[in-house]
Amino acid sequence: MACIDELNPEILLRGASFAECRATVEKRCREVYYVDPGYAIFDTHIIGVPPIAVGVEDTFIVFPFTKPCYGTYLIRVPGGEEVERLRKKGKTGRKP
Amino acid sequence: MTTQAHKNESALLVFGCPEVPVQAAIGLYLAGRLGEGGYDVLSAGNPSVLVLLRVSDWKKRYIRRTIDLDRCIGEVAEGKRDAGLCVVFAHNDAGISYAASMRYLLPDSRLIVVVFGRNAEELAAQIEFPCEKVVEKAVHNPGKLKKGIDEVFGWRASTS
Repeated sequence: MACIDELNPEILLRGASFAECRATVEKRCREVYYVDPGYAIFDTHIIGVPPIAVGVEDTFIVFPFTKPCYGTYLIRVPGGEEVERLRKKGKTGRKP
Repeated sequence: MTTQAHKNESALLVFGCPEVPVQAAIGLYLAGRLGEGGYDVLSAGNPSVLVLLRVSDWKKRYIRRTIDLDRCIGEVAEGKRDAGLCVVFAHNDAGISYAASMRYLLPDSRLIVVVFGRNAEELAAQIEFPCEKVVEKAVHNPGKLKKGIDEVFGWRASTS
């Protein structure tokens, strides 16, 4: 499995709140899924206030990535097989 | 609320970034008192905070077992690790995210969120999940935060 850092993530938001991340994913991504805290993308378990919005943009996925010292980033990385897994395991329907 | 642990009950302390000084003092205090009360205490944090705690407590009187935070979250999410008591330290938005995650991952545990730092009240207002809260604008002086901890654990009479 790939480490998030090795995927050369594009940082869309820096030092964002979990609410800002959710709103941004819902606004910019046509395909949005909701996962619970602890859901793993590559080798990273996602942290956040549920429901956590994760977006799909073609072959990329957009999701919040939290580190204790740096807060939460909203990042965009090549999704690979994680896209299909997300489509199967994520929930749909919350997006306004 | 009693602080005497049931037999083999475990306590998980989830530390945030160590940039706010009171966290280390309160963490050492809490780990020591919970250990004394019979809890098997596990401290989770990033490498910086764990090294800070280990250096401060080089004889391991208070901080005994430690685990990398990401690994801990993974193990809890995969059902490999549990805790009857979970205390999350939060002085920024990330801390609240970790607390919310622990609430979801450990639904039956007693969850206490210790909110501190200059924006403690604003951060505490973001907590919309069931938990007990200790909220104090403490940055350098842990005195008031300790009082809050003592109150929530019922230690006040014995330490003030």
